[in-house]
Amino acid sequence: MFEGILITIATAATPLLIAAVGELVVERSGVLNLGVEGMMVMGAVTGFGVALATECPWLGVLAAIIVGALFSLLFGFLTLTLVTNQVATGLALTLLGLGLAGMLGESFVGLPGVKMDYVYIPVLTDLPMVGRLFFGQDPLFYVSILLTAGVGYFLFKTRAGLTLRSIGDNHTSAHALGIKVIAIRYMAVMFGGACAGLAGAYLSLVYTPQWNENMTAGRGWIALALVVFASWRPWRVLAGAYLFGAVSIGQLHAQALGIGVPSQLLSSLPYLATVVVLVLISRNRRLTMVNTPASLGRPFVPDR
Amino acid sequence: MRIELVKRPERSALFAALSPFLALALTLIAGAIMFSVLGKDPVEALYYYFIDPLREVWSLHELAVKAAPLILIAVGLSICYLSNNWNIGAEGQFIVGAIVGSIFPVMFPDFQSWVVLPLMLLMGIAGGAAYGAIPAYLKVRFNTNEILTSLMLVYVAQLFLDWMVRGPWRNPAGMNFPETRTFSAAATLPEIWSASGRANWGFVFAIVAAVAVWFMLSRTLRGFEVQVLGQSPRAGKFAGFSSSKMVFFAFLLSGGLAGLAGISEVSGAIGQLRPTISPGYGFAAIIVAFLGRLNPLGIVAAGLVLALSYLGGEAAQISIGVSDKVVRAFQGMLLFFVLACDTLILYRIRFVGSSAAKTVEVTQNV
Repeated sequence: MFEGILITIATAATPLLIAAVGELVVERSGVLNLGVEGMMVMGAVTGFGVALATECPWLGVLAAIIVGALFSLLFGFLTLTLVTNQVATGLALTLLGLGLAGMLGESFVGLPGVKMDYVYIPVLTDLPMVGRLFFGQDPLFYVSILLTAGVGYFLFKTRAGLTLRSIGDNHTSAHALGIKVIAIRYMAVMFGGACAGLAGAYLSLVYTPQWNENMTAGRGWIALALVVFASWRPWRVLAGAYLFGAVSIGQLHAQALGIGVPSQLLSSLPYLATVVVLVLISRNRRLTMVNTPASLGRPFVPDR
Repeated sequence: MRIELVKRPERSALFAALSPFLALALTLIAGAIMFSVLGKDPVEALYYYFIDPLREVWSLHELAVKAAPLILIAVGLSICYLSNNWNIGAEGQFIVGAIVGSIFPVMFPDFQSWVVLPLMLLMGIAGGAAYGAIPAYLKVRFNTNEILTSLMLVYVAQLFLDWMVRGPWRNPAGMNFPETRTFSAAATLPEIWSASGRANWGFVFAIVAAVAVWFMLSRTLRGFEVQVLGQSPRAGKFAGFSSSKMVFFAFLLSGGLAGLAGISEVSGAIGQLRPTISPGYGFAAIIVAFLGRLNPLGIVAAGLVLALSYLGGEAAQISIGVSDKVVRAFQGMLLFFVLACDTLILYRIRFVGSSAAKTVEVTQNV
């Protein structure tokens, strides 16, 4: 029972973690992409459709990653090349993604999807208590942990990571040093898009293997909040994602137990928790000031 | 080849006026391509979307019904965006305005008098404004990002409405449908000219609000304050303007207008509360605000355009079997093109071949 709850928490946390770690890299490079929800829903519909057509969930995942990255390129072209307002453009990406996904996925509604198999390692998975938890989850769970570790290592232990962070903190100085600000930001944006696409595929291939228009249900926005909550540090994103996973699974269990609180009010708990957590973290102005990438959301036009 | 931006010496008035039209044209072209891909005749599809709904009087009334909430919300949002307050939770403020405004007709259906309707409208405004005040307070007091909080509150409002109409406010005589009782005549927003169609006073409110906010923006000190604080908070501070007060002003105003839109929609167009009372007006209004270039009078025109897309979506679904989901894809594309075209106001775009890049670099440095 306890192990089962932990596993479902991991399932609820994984898509948030993947999307938030991707967005973290984008924001570390100084770009605020509010289109996570849109890229995620595009990933979800693509992953579902491709997996359904090919009966191979891995092809669905691959397609979702590619579509997420390509879709984010739209945002990149507008904000990086045409220097449009990042907040407005991110919103546009979300609205476009929700619209397009609703249109593309219309024929998928009600179809049974393809579910990704759980990992099974003889002996290890059969271990009592910890077997399923550590050695028997879906493959993307392990991907999400590796992704977090990889991004943490890249950002803080490699020269390229330092370069990326320097662009996020001061694009003018970075440009003066001869760093290709725009090119690196393009790559960061596409990485964020690929992660959001993967997170979307997780929803439609693992979390609930089916398609409906509202299946992202604000998770892209919660992922954005997680980045702030984690003050732009990958391992804290992991902690935050599991906290949110726990809240959403907790309210589901509370609904199942029928504790007398209407289900709609319980369902609104993750959203309220997001607000509360944001308040708690941002009231500490010094903490947020120190960690926020200083060029976040600022337009950059290279002077020659 | 790559694209380079060259800053104009001053903002181009020509492109400021032209960019919404350019964006619309590009959206139509993209839409035509999309319809061809879907296997429909693009000319026919665009005709059903954008011309057919304009041919009958009753249909023009429907246009006003759809445009009213879009304009009301977008006018409020323009103040937010001009003053650099990113309220994207208008959908939630719309819903809460509708709920609070419906207290009398749902809970006291026997209270029938001429005062009911004005009371409902005032309560709708108050409800929307109060809901908008939450992200404003959190932003001012705790420095919390208003984009995320205002959006989270949309989901909370939607779930709350869902609970209300299935739970405490469900119509006792409604065969268990998730709806409140239908509003009495005293609680219904009257039609403007009922002989010819359904348009209600909500559209009049929208026009009045647009003109009033336009006047405030262009002719009063408060309007100047909005613009100064939006463009340079530091300059605003030197002028003695309070940015905290501006946050509240922008959110209360836009929340109040969204609330008014909510109660007008429920009282005028729907006649009761249901689990879903808006086809995404609060989000489409963001597009309206930008298409109208954040100018209240431009927003009136932009609101009519977006309303037409909703109406055309319904028409096209019936006549040529295109899903109504296409509308939202259309609207998203439109916002993209608007934002891209707005670049032309401040910059000239120049395509540079890879060999020419060097020479440009040299001449620019001289």
